[in-house]
Formats: sequence, C-alpha cells, structure tokens
Amino acid sequence: MTAGLLATHGPVLPVVLPLLAGAALVLLESARWPALRRWVPRVSLAATLLLLLLAVQLAARAAGGDVQPYLLGNWPAPYGIALALDRLGALMLLLTALVACAALVYALGGDAARGLHFHALFQFQLMGLNGAFLTADLFNLFVFFEVLLAASYGLLLHGRGAGQRERLRASVHYVIFNLAGSSLFLIALGLIYGVAGTLNMADLAVKMAALPAADSRLMQAAALLLLTVFAVKAALLPLYFWLPDTYAAASAPVGALFAIMTKVGVYAVLRVTTLIFGHEVATPFLPVLALATLALAAVGALAATHLRGLVAYLVVASAGTLLLAAGLGTEGTLAAGLFYLVNSTLVAALWFLLADRIAAARGGSDLLQSRPLAGGWAPLGAVFFIAAVAVAGVPPLAGFMGKALLLQAAGPTPFGPWVVAGVLAASLAVMVALARAGSILFWEPSRGPAPTASSGTAAHPLAISGLLVAVLCAAAAAGPLATYTGAAARQLQQRDGYIAAVLGARPAAPAWDLRQEMRERQGAK
Amino acid sequence: MLLLLTLGIGTLTACGVWLLLRARSFDAILGLTLLSYAVNLFLFASGRPRVDAEPILDPGSVATLAQITDPLPQALVLTAIVIAFAMTALLLAIALRARAATGSDHVDGKEPR
Repeated sequence: MTAGLLATHGPVLPVVLPLLAGAALVLLESARWPALRRWVPRVSLAATLLLLLLAVQLAARAAGGDVQPYLLGNWPAPYGIALALDRLGALMLLLTALVACAALVYALGGDAARGLHFHALFQFQLMGLNGAFLTADLFNLFVFFEVLLAASYGLLLHGRGAGQRERLRASVHYVIFNLAGSSLFLIALGLIYGVAGTLNMADLAVKMAALPAADSRLMQAAALLLLTVFAVKAALLPLYFWLPDTYAAASAPVGALFAIMTKVGVYAVLRVTTLIFGHEVATPFLPVLALATLALAAVGALAATHLRGLVAYLVVASAGTLLLAAGLGTEGTLAAGLFYLVNSTLVAALWFLLADRIAAARGGSDLLQSRPLAGGWAPLGAVFFIAAVAVAGVPPLAGFMGKALLLQAAGPTPFGPWVVAGVLAASLAVMVALARAGSILFWEPSRGPAPTASSGTAAHPLAISGLLVAVLCAAAAAGPLATYTGAAARQLQQRDGYIAAVLGARPAAPAWDLRQEMRERQGAK
Repeated sequence: MLLLLTLGIGTLTACGVWLLLRARSFDAILGLTLLSYAVNLFLFASGRPRVDAEPILDPGSVATLAQITDPLPQALVLTAIVIAFAMTALLLAIALRARAATGSDHVDGKEPR
C-alpha cells in the first residue's frame, strides 16, 4: 500500500505532511488543556522523522532515473500546476529532512520553549522548502518561496531575552530585502508570461527554442531578473550583506535550518539555468560574481569578531563555491557542485549548533577573545576540529573531495585558472580563520572562575553527534554519493526526460465524476 | 489605456523605490506597498489587456484569446495581492516591535550620525 501511495501521490506528500502537521501543531499549541500541549514536541518530532523516512523513499525512487510528475488538481501539465520529482529534487528533499531532524532535536533541548509556535513555524518552513524543490511551475515556485520566507520571518524572531534587539533589527532588514526581492520575482514572471504565455517550466523550455528574435532580448532580461532574485536568496556578492547579520542573530536551531535556505537559491539557479535558459544567459556574470563572493567571504571570515559571524561567512563562502559550479554549467562542475552541496549544507548546520554550545560553555559569549571555558576543551574542541576540517576542504572529509572534483571539472573551462586560484585561496583563508578561532577558544582560555556549565540536555549532544555522523558518512560513502550526483547532473543536462515526463503526464481517471453524476441526475428528472 | 497603464506603473515604481531608499521603516513599508501595486499592474498588463473583451467564456463565442481576455494574469494578480497584503501586515508588526525595542524608526535601529 505504501508503494502504491508513493507511486501515485509521492511528489506531493513532502508538501502535504508538514502542512497538516503544522496546522495540527497550531491548534495543539493553543489548546486549553496542558495534557494536549504536552503533545506538541512529540507530534513535531514524529512528523519530521516521517518526513525523513519519506525523503529516503523518494530518493530511492528517483535514483532510478525516472522523473515522476504529479498533477495537482488533475489538470494536464501546461494548464494546471505540476510538481516533478527528479534526482536533484530528491537529493534536496533528503538533505532538508536531515538538517531539519537535527535542528528540531537540538531545539527540543530548550530553544523551542523560548517563544510561541516554534514547531508550527518550523513545519511550515519545511513545507515551503519541500514545495520549492518539487514544483515544476515558476509561479508556484514564487508561492513556495513566500511560504518559506513567511515562516522564516517568524523563526528568525523566535526566542526571548538575550539578543532580541539584534534579532528585531536584523529581521527588519531581512524582511524588507526579501519583499523587494519578491517584487522583482513577480516582475520577471510577468515578463516571462507576457513573452512566452506560459509559466510551466517544461513548457517554457520548449517554447524558448521557438522564440522570435525580437522577444529573446526581453526573455533574457526576465531571466537575469529571475537570477537576481535567486542570488538574493543564495547570497551572491552585491546581495549577500543581509546574511551575516541575520544568520548571526538567529537562534542556533533556526540558523541550522537556515543553512538549507541559501541552498534554495542555488537550487533555483540550477533549475532555471539547466532547464529553461541555459547557463550561457548568466555568463560571465555568475562565475565572476561567485568568485568575488568567495574572496569577500574569506576576508569576512578572517575579520570576524564573533564565532557566529565567522560561521555566517562560512555559509557565504559555500554559497559562492556552489554558484561558481552552477555558473560554469558543464556536467562535471554541476556534479562536483552537487557533491559539495551535500557536505557544505550538513557541515554549516553543524557549525551553527556547535557555535551555540561553545558560547554556552563560555558563559553565553561567542566573542573571539580568551575567556574561561567550562567543562574543558576536549569534547567541543574535538568536534570543532572535525567540523573545521570538513568545511575548509582538507582531506580526508567530503569537503576536500567536493572541491577537488570542482577544480578537476573547472580546469578545461575558460575560467579554469581563476577557479583554481580562487577556491584554493579561499580555502586557505578559511583554514587560517578557523585555526585562529580554535586556538583562541580552546587553547588560551583565560584564568578566572569558570562559568557554570550550562544545564545542557541530552538533546544537544544528540543533535550535534547526529550531524557529525552524517558529515562522516558523506565522506565514507563518497563513491556512491558521487555516482548519484553525477547522475543528477547528467539528468539536469539532458532535460528532455524532465520535459517529456511533465508534459506527458496524463490526468488520472477520477474515482468519482461530478459532471457525470450531474448529467445522470438531470436525466433522472 | 495602455499609455495610462504604463505611466501608472512607472510612477508607482519610481515613488516606491524612492520611499524604499529613505531607510525609515514607515517609509520603507509605504514604498514596498507602492511597489507591490506597480507589480500587480505589471502582472495584469502581461496578459495583453484589451478594452471591450469578454472576461468570461460565453457558450456562443469561440474561446480564443482574440475573443476573450486572458484570465490567467488575473489569477496571478489575485495571488500576488493576497501575499503582498499579508507580508505588509507582517512587516508592519515587526517594524512596530523594532521601533519599541530600539527607540528609533530608522531601519538600522539607530539614528545615522
């Protein structure tokens, strides 16, 4: 029965499940009886674990290579809204579910109780993320972006007490910036609809080929507007200044979940450039800006005065590397980029949680100055070391393999030497920044009364070790992972399969035909 | 009519961008509102609006875009209006909280020196 459900309704389940769970959680959380309210964390955790299970199942289905379309509302593709699940989408779903599980477990250690409706917002955020990874329609992508943004505004503000002022200030910037981005998104959609008369991605890909020359300039303008919006989400150079403030102000589990948010922008860039516009539309802007982003992120990491600020710049650096891979656009760089994406997302989430634990052990401060450290350096220092190795791209972890694959694949492209120089220099700068931070934090704790070790619960180490295991697994299973990302990149490049699957999807025969029944009733009268 | 529509979109966008760049939270909210009006009109215009065309399918006429207006942009505009409205309300609430917490309506939370 499960297999049947996955075959018929598989692609829509990752959207429906968090939606229902979120709606139920809103009701439960405002229930009058405390007995019901106690169920909130359990329901939230159960829904997220179920989502992880579902994502594994869907990834196993997608690994076969078939694109699974789903017609919402049972209308044939260019007219109704379609979802489609391919290898890239399934990979993103799985990654989202993994990060979400770790962030939620960590939040159950205390952060979730520090404010209202954390769990409901968390589920709605997951719904928006999953929807964005699954949709095959540009306007629908806009709607899911808004869903995930609306939930992220609430999550960013979540948490009472310390840092509330910083959070409010950061979220005013974040919301205004993203609303301006949404306006640009709609203008791009209006241009695309006005020129091509469709917003279905597969249909658009077909219509692009037959566009009259007069319209192609207009379409290029629309494409670049769209890429600008995605660059806001993905934190590309002139548009990333909101990110360090916002991510440093967010509470730890929210920061960990936001690690996947920049990847939504990268995903959207990948999807529209490979499927619709071709990566030529963004050359040379995208590779050049991505390299500049990488350079500035490295400088930012070196200059960071707080550990969280440093972590935020690590996210910007990984976004720069990913957009570089997307902008070069060959099958090899896409495969390398996707491989790197898995590792960098997991490790970014790990960093946000780890930074919070380190700050807690130092009496709540993550300022990079020597301070007394509670509980000794051994456990946190060891995790710090592994996470630093994973993010800087040092062997033997997957960050190194991702970067090595990217350098190898970027060699023959015209940007080859620049890519090699940029990526290696940025890795070195990140390594220096992390070595400096680590030696300040762990090797020179100042004398003085050690802060009372925070009353950490079992949830914190569980979440961190879970992510650590995931990072190590990504390195241990590098072979199969590289095979999968290679296949995903090939599927992105050979877009005919996607187009045929979405446009060829036939509506299911209705189990109950309203019109038929009305006709029969009229006949009976 | 097209000239009027174009001028309207242009004016609204210009005013919206100018207000948005003033870096006061209330001005920024007004600016975003004006910008969203401009965007809604632009989306509406993307369906090639025409005067005197049927908005709804009539059983007697041929259902091509030469006969009726395109209904899809209208659906898109409706969605965009709902989303922009909700987001403006949300931003207003956040801006009020920020004003109360920081004592300044500058978007940076402090007066520029």
